[in-house]
Amino acid sequence: MAEIIGGYFTSHVPAIGGAIHRGDQQTPYWKPFFDGFPKVHEWLAKMKPDVAVVFSNDHGLNFFLDKMPTFAVGAAAEYQNEDEGWGLPLYRPFKGHPELSWHVIEQLVADEIDPLTCQQMLVDHAISIPIELAYPSVAEWPVRLVPIGINTVQHPLPSARRCLALGRSVHKALASWSGAERIVVIGTGGLSHQLDGERAGFMNPDYDRFCLDHLASDPDALTKHSIHDMVRLAGTQGVEVLNWIAARGALGPGAREIHRNYHLPISNTAAATVLLEPA
Amino acid sequence: MPTPPEPGARPEPIPGTTLFDGDAARKGYQLNAMCYSFNHKENREAFLADEEAYCRRFHLTPEQRQAVAKRDVLGMIAAGGNIYYLAKLAGIFGLNVQDVGAMQTGRTVEAFKQYLLDHARGT
Repeated sequence: MAEIIGGYFTSHVPAIGGAIHRGDQQTPYWKPFFDGFPKVHEWLAKMKPDVAVVFSNDHGLNFFLDKMPTFAVGAAAEYQNEDEGWGLPLYRPFKGHPELSWHVIEQLVADEIDPLTCQQMLVDHAISIPIELAYPSVAEWPVRLVPIGINTVQHPLPSARRCLALGRSVHKALASWSGAERIVVIGTGGLSHQLDGERAGFMNPDYDRFCLDHLASDPDALTKHSIHDMVRLAGTQGVEVLNWIAARGALGPGAREIHRNYHLPISNTAAATVLLEPA
Repeated sequence: MPTPPEPGARPEPIPGTTLFDGDAARKGYQLNAMCYSFNHKENREAFLADEEAYCRRFHLTPEQRQAVAKRDVLGMIAAGGNIYYLAKLAGIFGLNVQDVGAMQTGRTVEAFKQYLLDHARGT
């Protein structure tokens, strides 16, 4: 039987990629963020996952507004990273796990959560940065991906309750998978930040703490807020915490926190890194 | 804990915040389509070589064209621009999200960066 070894959650600010590229990890600005990662590296080295089910949002690389899926599941053998408009160095392609992707899709549709299915999908910084942070300087990515996209760009967004239900359905799929894979679930993005409007620069450590304090023990508490309330509390892009909520659902019913790092600001964002194990 | 509003109910607006909803997505389609094209280097170069012609190719509305010409980010948002796509346009000019934040909030870039740092107090 496949084993869900735990959950890894982190922010995906594009500037993190720039810091890695320049080797700025130990500079005073970046150190408090990167200090959250030795524990992640130790944990991954011990747990040795070989599949990552990643909940994230596209930022206008794979999807444009001509077709904007609320939920999208990648079912490709390989996922490429491409230029997002800034001409930054590209990340190596990621191997997929199409058999497991289709198993997840079957479960979602059986549970009446009907996603877009993608046999081709580009992955942007929302996936490449968290994977690079987890596995710096490896010759080959040790995990195959099942990427699951959530629309956090164009309202109406799916509710937090719906995202948790999505994740719980994915958990059923993973728990019934007959392979011997060791699976890590990943939620990327957030926490509070707002890039646009006169309120640009908004962050909210109180709401972030509320999310972090309830993520393991009571994720349903995070679903009490409407999307509008979440925008008010977390900022227009802080709603990316929906990816965390879905990933928490995919981890399974019980969870305990084994690691947390919270630091702001990273670029315009309150950044957090968390590890959870099933409990 | 607030309860979610009924569908169709209009929640209280959030100051300084525009939700990118269906109305904005319709209104901003051409501008966002142009910005999406900037994922390709040759399109970024074509924009820089002849901005007027490039904007014409994407049928920007007069309001969108004026906001782009004036590098007016709030104007672009009012014309339906979405920040994830506008960030690709900003990148052409070498502007990052602190620069864009400063432009929208009427602060200098240094003051905007300080504003971000000030959030760290009390955490």
